[in-house]
Amino acid sequence: MTDLPASKVDLKSILSTPAPVDNSEGMSYLQSVPRRIVTLYLPLSIIVVILLFPFYWMALTAIKPDDQLLDLDKFNPFWTWNPTFKHIHKLLFESYYPHWLWNTMYVAIGATVLSIIASVLAAYAIVRLRYKGANLVGGLIFLAYLVPPSILFIPLATVVFQYGLFDSPLALILTYPTILIPFSTWLLMGYFKTIPFELEECALIDGASRWQILIKIVLPLAVPGLISAFIFCFTLCWNEFIYALTFLQSTPNKTVPVAIVNEFVDGDIYRWGSLMAGALCGSLPLVILYAFFVEHYVSAMTGAVKE
Amino acid sequence: MADVALAPRRAKTEIREATAWDQLRHNKTWLGFWFMLPAMAFLIFFLAYPLGLGIWLSFTDTRIGRVGHFVGTENYEWLWDDAIFWLSVFNTLLYTSVASAVKFAVGLYLALLLNERMPFKALLRAAVLIPFIVPTVLSALAFWWIFDSQFSIISWSLKQLGLITQNINFLGDPTWARICVIFANIWRGVPFVAITLLAGLQTVQPSLYEAATLDGATRWQMFRYITYPLLTPIIAVVMTFSVLFTFTDFQLIWAMTRGGPVNATHLMATLSYQRAIIAGQLGEGAAISSAMIPFLLAAIMVSWFGLQRRKWQQGENND
Repeated sequence: MTDLPASKVDLKSILSTPAPVDNSEGMSYLQSVPRRIVTLYLPLSIIVVILLFPFYWMALTAIKPDDQLLDLDKFNPFWTWNPTFKHIHKLLFESYYPHWLWNTMYVAIGATVLSIIASVLAAYAIVRLRYKGANLVGGLIFLAYLVPPSILFIPLATVVFQYGLFDSPLALILTYPTILIPFSTWLLMGYFKTIPFELEECALIDGASRWQILIKIVLPLAVPGLISAFIFCFTLCWNEFIYALTFLQSTPNKTVPVAIVNEFVDGDIYRWGSLMAGALCGSLPLVILYAFFVEHYVSAMTGAVKE
Repeated sequence: MADVALAPRRAKTEIREATAWDQLRHNKTWLGFWFMLPAMAFLIFFLAYPLGLGIWLSFTDTRIGRVGHFVGTENYEWLWDDAIFWLSVFNTLLYTSVASAVKFAVGLYLALLLNERMPFKALLRAAVLIPFIVPTVLSALAFWWIFDSQFSIISWSLKQLGLITQNINFLGDPTWARICVIFANIWRGVPFVAITLLAGLQTVQPSLYEAATLDGATRWQMFRYITYPLLTPIIAVVMTFSVLFTFTDFQLIWAMTRGGPVNATHLMATLSYQRAIIAGQLGEGAAISSAMIPFLLAAIMVSWFGLQRRKWQQGENND
């Protein structure tokens, strides 16, 4: 087989051909500053504060000493001058929390990798192989996206039990792809459609097999789409609750969301510190990931809807 | 490339008949089958089969650890006379309609605000999406703490302001509990609606607004006759998703109230979990979740027509 031409063609710049851009600036300069404050900055800041307050409150509670948590009269509840790491220390060294974090990570990565592989193949076949009935299958996969976990968990529980997967992380790794595959297939279909057909035709003439085309041409060009699909699937896995709640039973096997709800909620009046510390530590990995890939998240979210 | 041309030609490969295997290897449908296999295997074994199994289970008296027998529509008849089931249907409809309507209104408003030119736009947009990123259960726990009956920060602030004298029993009073879970759901859903609608807004060309201004259009007219019609298709899709996922919500309720107080916040999903997994009545639980399917089908039909309309509006073909 002849190799593909090695000349450096900057495919990215070709692919991102600028659509006719409308360069007009809009008319915001027509508005006076006071008017903008009332119609724009004020409502916007109120909404943003409401959206972010629970996280501030979560973080603050996680580092407040116990006596300040419950005594609202002596201390101003909105701030603390003597933060403590007691709750986080208790969480990390006196509970199964690291276990749970590891389980969540393991399940999320396993399920995501499985579904990305399956979706890449499926999306490529639907968009480019265009076998008989490809459009129908695409439609069916979209329908699968609309089947929510809350109507599947009861029969799935019996299935998982039959296969002997009950209380095993493997049950989650195998069931999560049903949520992830429809989503990432649609996302990747959108990306694959933007790759010019001509590239593949050239490769076919050079004698490349479909598999080689997929690995050597399509995937390198679809890297942004793959990243979007990957982190979005990862987030969905981390967020999933009802399957994990139903299929896992023993404490060390649980994932973070389930474990916090079930194991930390006891009658203790001082539980709030460690509960919020648990919620904070469970959210941080995702928020950090998000901070690095904001644009990919946004394109994943909007891409799947646009398709 | 010159050296390629100068290199001695290799012996011609002989042309042979295409064998059946060769033909099969280049058959699109055959190839497509193998490419589709992993995805289809997952979706058939863990989605289509359980979906059918769930409907079958709803016609049996299966319990955990005991194989059920076909009992006809007994489960449904039982549910028909069950006041708690009807309460959960009412709750679900209330929860979905109120939360979706507010999510749409606030989300659209937020998207319009974020579409303006302003400093730190990217940062603000990133911050707005955070509630969507953080696992629902974990933020629901934060809300649980914010709505605590004794140490709620909201009660405290209102007392400091002198608006109330007693703590509000947020999650203990049926009406307040409903308001609280709906608020938490809206809080979680607004970013999704806002960011997707914002992506739609950014495709609307500013020159349209300039033209409208020259024609003397007011701001409301610009929204009504330019923004809204151009956004309709994306609104249809976003709201279908929003309605669908609000209707089948489970985790928010389970983390905040577990259906209480006196079943005031039980949704169909939480009730089916309680009946099927906690009480062990798999058949009855399956009947409750199967009862959600007609509603979901209605939502999917809306989505379908929304998508059709979008293609028609953009003059796309069906590719």
